[in-house]
Amino acid sequence: MARHGSLLSRSGLTPGQLAMHAFLLLCAFAMLFPFYWMLLTAFRPSQEVFSPTFHWLPQTFVGLDNFRAAFGKAPLLRFMLNGAVICAGILAVQLLTAIPCAYALAKYEFRGRGLLFALVLFALCVPVQVPALPLYMTLAFTGTLDSYFALMLPFFLSVFAIFLFRQVFRSFPDDVIHAARLDGMGEMEILWRIVVPSAGPAIAAFAVFSVTAHWNDLYWPLVVVTSPELAPPPLGMMYFNDPDIGSSFGTLMAAATLLTAPLTVLFLFAQRHFVQGVTMTGVK
Amino acid sequence: MALSSAARVPAGRRRLGATISPAVAYWFAVPSVILLLGTLLLPIMVMIAMSFTDYELGALEFSFLGLDNYTTLWRDAGFWRALLNTLYYVALVVPASVVIGLALAVMVNGLRHGRGFYQVAFFLPVTSTLIAMATVWKYLLHGTIGPVNHLLTTLGLPALEFFGEPSLVMPALAIIGVWSLAGFNMVLFSAGLTAIPQELYEAAAVDGIDTPIGRFFTVTLPMLGPTTMFVIITTSITAFKVFDTVAVLTRGGPQGASDVLLYVNYLEGFQYMRIGLASAITVVFLGIILLLSLIQAKVLERKVHY
Repeated sequence: MARHGSLLSRSGLTPGQLAMHAFLLLCAFAMLFPFYWMLLTAFRPSQEVFSPTFHWLPQTFVGLDNFRAAFGKAPLLRFMLNGAVICAGILAVQLLTAIPCAYALAKYEFRGRGLLFALVLFALCVPVQVPALPLYMTLAFTGTLDSYFALMLPFFLSVFAIFLFRQVFRSFPDDVIHAARLDGMGEMEILWRIVVPSAGPAIAAFAVFSVTAHWNDLYWPLVVVTSPELAPPPLGMMYFNDPDIGSSFGTLMAAATLLTAPLTVLFLFAQRHFVQGVTMTGVK
Repeated sequence: MALSSAARVPAGRRRLGATISPAVAYWFAVPSVILLLGTLLLPIMVMIAMSFTDYELGALEFSFLGLDNYTTLWRDAGFWRALLNTLYYVALVVPASVVIGLALAVMVNGLRHGRGFYQVAFFLPVTSTLIAMATVWKYLLHGTIGPVNHLLTTLGLPALEFFGEPSLVMPALAIIGVWSLAGFNMVLFSAGLTAIPQELYEAAAVDGIDTPIGRFFTVTLPMLGPTTMFVIITTSITAFKVFDTVAVLTRGGPQGASDVLLYVNYLEGFQYMRIGLASAITVVFLGIILLLSLIQAKVLERKVHY
């Protein structure tokens, strides 16, 4: 027993550590319970939902029945495809516009630089709901509401990306840039072939951040989209929640499982970038 | 290192200026500037201008009202209710998610094994699609078949009708808010914790402070001061923008008990098409957000000098 105890403490498992683990496991259980409940309900028959007693496991396992029903009720794959198209489109334009702008702010002297940076700082504080009304009217007058373009328009510019990349590019050594110039490289070439590859981790962190934000966004799709075939996942989920089609909890939870799965998988694989992305909001 | 590069900057700049034309800089910035003007600055100006008119979408003409929309809001009980509900939500979510985030960060940081596992577990709610998880929460908090009520009744407590009882609906939404934000705050605090020099803890030990609680209050908490302020304000801004859970779960009900600013704004602007009045609400919303951001900027400035 004594030897066992010393072995434990040598590996760092002192009573204090064990107590912390016990407490944190309890917290983790509470935090993850909604996910567990979602999966549980997705795999059991609807009538069990209304049973007055609590069960940890399905009393009757229904396999993928609820998932099949969910696919039958709404075009879930279509919602996810829409989400992917929108996120990819937004991210591509964000990177293509923010990277040169950030580089100009970081490495060039030009008139209006101070003003531009001040506007970027101002824009950092402004949520999408603020320019939403005039953007909506412009889209309505030009007949472009209810399109992928309308869904992406307010997010093409990411001032957060400009801010973040400016920070990163500033620490890129001027000597390397100068040497590349002497070798006859153009400014565009220097930016995309030398500076950008060195900013890989920051770009990855931003990409993860951007995709998460726009995959999960409900407000703007709710404003501009009226046809279900253009709905991204959150809006699709909202149709599901309608009492008319989503009366069964099992199907509802199966749909929720499917629509949260892509980001959860992305998170588990790109965890480091997520954490870095959050930390970057802190250092801005 | 910072000093030497700073000293080299003037020479480097002159060299840069001599070799490239300033036009390059403008070409690099132009796409972003166009987007900045077109999708942000001009719309904001139009929005502010419209807040002084009675414009409704589809109307052929409109007239200038001066401050009428603002006085209408001032006298409108519904607007005040929405504003107060939003502040109530902020007051519930911010303390809980900041304290939980801090506690989790300190405990996870103090572990010798398994930090990664807990970080993933606590961060998962942040990345999950809130609308989908809100649906799960609605079920968890359901008045008769929800597991939370199963737990309450097992403990001999009365079951609670979270989404049917006006006084419970904001706390119910706040629970979901805290759940989705605590992990985010934990990561911010973790970054702050790793920046605390180990020597401070050793110095505290020399001074006879050797309990975890003592260390927390004499070293950790004071050193985390600027981070804490930052987290509080960031969380306040996020909580102030509450919309998704209201739109999908309660639609402002029951009896307007969960009307929040952005939801009312959404209804006025995009459902009733009263653009003028909705713009006035947006101006108020923007004012509050900018105020919070200003405080945040001041805090960050202090953090840099720290």
